[in-house]
Amino acid sequence: MSASSLIVLIIAAVAFSGIAILISRFIVKPTVTKQKGEPYECGIPTKGKTWMQLNVGYYLFALIFLIFDVELVFLYPWAVVAKSLGWIALIEIVIFFFILFLGFLYAHKKGALKWM
Amino acid sequence: MWSFSDISNSIHEWLSGNFNPTWTLIIEMVLAGVAVIGLFAVLGLVLVIMERKVSAWMQIRLGPNRVGPKGIFQSLADTVKLIVKEGMTPAGADKFLFNLAPFIAMIVTMLLLAPIAFAGNFQLWDINIGVLYVSAISSLSVISVLMAGWASNNKYSLLGAMRSGAQIVSYELSAGLSVLAIVVLAGSLQVSDIVGSQADGWWIFKGHLPVWIAFVTFIIAVTAETNRAPFDMAEAESELTAGFHTEYSGMKFALFFLAEYVNVFIVCAIGATLFLGGPIPLHIGSWEGFNHAMDYIPSSVWFFGKTFFLIFLIMWFRWTFPRLRIDQLLNLEWKYLLPISMINLLLVTAMAILKWHL
Repeated sequence: MSASSLIVLIIAAVAFSGIAILISRFIVKPTVTKQKGEPYECGIPTKGKTWMQLNVGYYLFALIFLIFDVELVFLYPWAVVAKSLGWIALIEIVIFFFILFLGFLYAHKKGALKWM
Repeated sequence: MWSFSDISNSIHEWLSGNFNPTWTLIIEMVLAGVAVIGLFAVLGLVLVIMERKVSAWMQIRLGPNRVGPKGIFQSLADTVKLIVKEGMTPAGADKFLFNLAPFIAMIVTMLLLAPIAFAGNFQLWDINIGVLYVSAISSLSVISVLMAGWASNNKYSLLGAMRSGAQIVSYELSAGLSVLAIVVLAGSLQVSDIVGSQADGWWIFKGHLPVWIAFVTFIIAVTAETNRAPFDMAEAESELTAGFHTEYSGMKFALFFLAEYVNVFIVCAIGATLFLGGPIPLHIGSWEGFNHAMDYIPSSVWFFGKTFFLIFLIMWFRWTFPRLRIDQLLNLEWKYLLPISMINLLLVTAMAILKWHL
């Protein structure tokens, strides 16, 4: 099998979930009441909007993640040839990590890694 | 000795002898689809009962013991119960995204099965960038979590989803870096090459201290990535009722549950393949008799044995460590694990160039 196995896997996943949901829909007789549609928040009536503002910390972490994730993508091709390139590969990656580390230190100093 | 690759080869030969190539391909695809669905369902059932039995054993109680001998059919009974439950959609929810999220979770988990070597020479797709493929696809799982949490119109769900998003993307970095350590040593991204590089010894034995550090980092990171305790911030029961799937019920909830358990299996399978040699049997130096006896055990048994050992380890964590707070969780990753795994990668590279691992 080759790349076509991905199509098989996607179809298998959709078929499995779809059939499971359909079977349960055929068996179950749904009853609709007003209370059932309410958000499950331990019985207390919901106050305010649900789609509210969230702590900015989540976005800061997402931004720092982006930098390091791109770094990781650069590392993959390097990792494959690192052993055959020898010391030059190690020296280059030390320089690369040093520059990244400066950025990381800056983010740390600015308090981006502190929660709240 | 029968092996998976023999069976698949003989099926292929029989089919191409009896049908024309197009039909052979179609029948093989259908067979593969049925096989992965079967594997998925069986894994879900086995892992759920294993989790409950292991946690019962750790807490000195019996666990499920009513359905079938020693309660081994408990998860089947649970499945029947979930089928006859009504799948509700809350009134204020975004209906399309709400119903789409479990499908995405299932598709992502299913796609991850492709490059796993279940036995020697038996893979669905031996893609040449296997490891990169795994990290690329597994990072998609955060989409289904965010989608489910956002579409539910529930504050608990939204909070759980946001926490889970921050957590999954953070721990992906150290998981990726510790996987890269093995890629540097093996010199290839292809799963079969990485397995082949361990024929004379697993990396955990050949690799000395740097590989052990990478292994520990990897286990911590994947525990966090699959939202398992002690990193189960996304569904912290005592804080967020059930986190991102609070509003899900019936079969849609079951699909999330199933995808989560199979995800645990997949990350453990990756860990077993990279660090513990996957389908390669245990050999000790020049003990001829011992090595010979180990070779008689089929490679699939080795693979599943190692994988289930790692799964047991992750279940063990759940009953040993208390849950972390979100700031402790992010501190652990950004201030400890990430610098450690970056420096460790340099150590591994130096080791690979000096050829200490040979």
